[in-house]
Amino acid sequence: MAKYKLQVNNKSYDIEVSEDTPILWVLRDHLNLLGTKYGCGIGQCGACTIHLNGEPVRSCSLPISSVADKSITTIEGISEAGDHPVQLAWKEIDVPQCGYCQAGQIMTATAFLEKNPNPNSDEIRDAMHGNICRCASYNRIEKAVAKAATANS
Amino acid sequence: MKSQKKNIDRRSFLRTSALAGGGMIIGFNLFNACKPQVKPAIDISKLNFNDFNGFIKIADNGMVTIFAPNPEIGQGVKTSMPMLIAEELDVSWDNVHVVQGGLDMDVFQRQVAGGSQSIRHGWEPLRQTGATAKQMLVNAAAAKWGVDAKECSVENGVISNKKGEKLGYGEVVLDAAKLEVPKDVKLKDPKDFKIIGQDVQNVDVDEIITGKPLFGIDFKREGMLYASVMRPPAFGQKLVSFDDTEAKAKDGVVDVFQFGDKIAVLATSTWIAMRAKKSLKATWKEDTTLESTEDHDKILLDLLAGNKFETLRKDGDINKAFKEADSVLERTYESPFLPHNCLEPMNFFADVTDKKVELVGPIQTPAGTANRIAKELERDIKDISLEMTRMGGGFGRRLYGDFAIEAALISNIAKKPIQVLFSREDDMADGIYKPAIKYKISAAIKDSKVTGYHLKEAAINSNMYGLIPNFFPAGAIENYQVDIANYKSNITTGAWRAPYTNFLAFAEQSFFDELAETMDVDKIQLRLDLLQNVKGTTDERIQYSPERLEAVINEAVEKSNWGKVDKNTYQGFSAYYCHNTHVAEVADVVMEAGVPVVKKVTCVLDCGIVVNPLGARNQVEGGVLDGIGHAMYGNLEFKDGVPQSTNFHNYRLVRMKETPKVEVHFIENEIAPTGLGEPALPPASAAVANAIKAATGIRITKQPFINASEKIFG
Repeated sequence: MAKYKLQVNNKSYDIEVSEDTPILWVLRDHLNLLGTKYGCGIGQCGACTIHLNGEPVRSCSLPISSVADKSITTIEGISEAGDHPVQLAWKEIDVPQCGYCQAGQIMTATAFLEKNPNPNSDEIRDAMHGNICRCASYNRIEKAVAKAATANS
Repeated sequence: MKSQKKNIDRRSFLRTSALAGGGMIIGFNLFNACKPQVKPAIDISKLNFNDFNGFIKIADNGMVTIFAPNPEIGQGVKTSMPMLIAEELDVSWDNVHVVQGGLDMDVFQRQVAGGSQSIRHGWEPLRQTGATAKQMLVNAAAAKWGVDAKECSVENGVISNKKGEKLGYGEVVLDAAKLEVPKDVKLKDPKDFKIIGQDVQNVDVDEIITGKPLFGIDFKREGMLYASVMRPPAFGQKLVSFDDTEAKAKDGVVDVFQFGDKIAVLATSTWIAMRAKKSLKATWKEDTTLESTEDHDKILLDLLAGNKFETLRKDGDINKAFKEADSVLERTYESPFLPHNCLEPMNFFADVTDKKVELVGPIQTPAGTANRIAKELERDIKDISLEMTRMGGGFGRRLYGDFAIEAALISNIAKKPIQVLFSREDDMADGIYKPAIKYKISAAIKDSKVTGYHLKEAAINSNMYGLIPNFFPAGAIENYQVDIANYKSNITTGAWRAPYTNFLAFAEQSFFDELAETMDVDKIQLRLDLLQNVKGTTDERIQYSPERLEAVINEAVEKSNWGKVDKNTYQGFSAYYCHNTHVAEVADVVMEAGVPVVKKVTCVLDCGIVVNPLGARNQVEGGVLDGIGHAMYGNLEFKDGVPQSTNFHNYRLVRMKETPKVEVHFIENEIAPTGLGEPALPPASAAVANAIKAATGIRITKQPFINASEKIFG
């Protein structure tokens, strides 16, 4: 066990866990931030995507010991009132079916649009390829990312 | 499944109670025609809300809470079923708040997510519930005004009389709750629907996009321990002994114990439990045969070649038809085991104490599971409560309560609140899979007509259910026979989205294309010609409507520009009836760098009235892509009883860049609605295989397509 100081959604947390504990489980089991989801544990499905200093990363494969001094953003932290343009687009297009993967999808999409505010369809499909949606709501994910990009511009 | 027609006894239909703090509760006693006794009125003040199942709650400000009766697995019933109530209640959807109802086994006969049946079964009783409640509210207002209720009208929860006086539902709700339940309420004419047929967003969308804890895995309880379970690594093995010294020495590990052939590790966090489980050293021994995919392949092909069949349907004389045929076409189609891979792995919370058994989690069969747990723990069913959470996918896997039973057993031993969570590896290796199935289909052709059709199924563990032999082309071919055979394996199998039809549709709809090629006739015309033979049939076993199937086929031809696309686009056709819904699909394939790529799928469905078009299209888009994805890549093999795929690095699920656009069209009519969770999936794989044949000249008869031929995918 070791002590860590974490910056999550602009709040500071003190936490004591073993150094190999993935951030995913720190968020879920210790900080009660349950929006970030467990899907595979090996960085393959994207359900656990968070931002680390603005970069999208897989929190299931990221031990706490590797994130010291970095700022973490989770689905709970991307907007105050659920009104980030990506969230609004997700709502308007009515993307979710079961909804389980969608936090990870939204985190990938928001980081992507920060870097590429005006993507074409191929770029959207490339960017979202790493996130599995088992319900296969892919047509709507693509539409929602495109819509959020339009709202940004 | 038996005929679903039910007579609803409206006298026992509703139970109402005035709320102490204002408002009215209306419990709708769904599907109670099967129950002989009418329950006495219940004193709401003595009940916890969770003790009820579905009901309407009307607050004195007019806000309406509707409790969604059925489990939500992503099929949208938490939105669409309350829409049925709200429609007849005549309230504005903006004033409706939807809450998941709890489990009430006394009231509900069918609180299940499965078989695409929720909307079909709920259509009458849910609308009756809304209409009856509305009538009582109107009666209360009429009494207050001293006018005839027939002279009152309702709009958006406000009752008006001829003099122009108005009363909101909230103002009469307490009086209404005291009235007798009316018997013969009239349901709306579909042309007067205001909510049904409108695009309504998923009622949980705000919570989903902001990451609120909605799912079973998100459930937390003070003092709860996290349980990770080690199960036999191979089907057919049992536990001999284990060494938990290392696991128990880890910080945060609270307990390790055996239950059955499994070992539970209890810890203060998920990560500690998962990691400690990996440090267990267990010894296993062979209990029953350790089976491999190559054994299954041989066994199933031998079954198809043999004569140990049970006949499910027999029309005419196929032997005579084949003997007299000018030519015969025979093809074999093969499919593997498939895990469900719900993205939320199996999990459940249990708190078993001397007083009660509390269960919380994602389950498609809450009532059946609670009953099984009562038996396992030898407890009275009254001791058991089960709260349904939103589910991160179901696909059939969550019909089976094995994970909930595990949670209950573990909590019963530990005497602590615990949550069992499968790792992805557990989820894939301890599945209840779609079984490997093979079909052999033969057709007899004489004088350019199909005179005989023989379908043989060889499956692991169980065979197609009884209605399927009465799907298309039953009734269309004079001499027709469906035979089944199976092999009992120790690998657990069960329902997987559109059980049996998910692969049978591939086999049959691929076969019809081959048949048309053999007969040198138009592929779609062949199907349409066969359907003519079914029109006017007096055979009550026939499940599909030839007219409705014909209509979706014709509409798909039109909407897909069948035969009129550019020369670089190759089209494949497929049409199927299952889960009471008629569907036709056309896949457009182009060659990119020498490889066929599906660009678009046009899907036309007749599911009767479309309750929520926005949600319905989502189901169809997902169903088509799910069907294509699993046909392309899905494959779980076994070696000596051990599943050979363990996680998403060696089990491929369809991803964004591999998915075509799905264009959805519904046939408009006023027929009672049927389900959409499953029926779009089965026809998709054949549409793609038929398009790939058109593009490459190569016929795929085996799933997954990706392994079918090096000539196709390199």
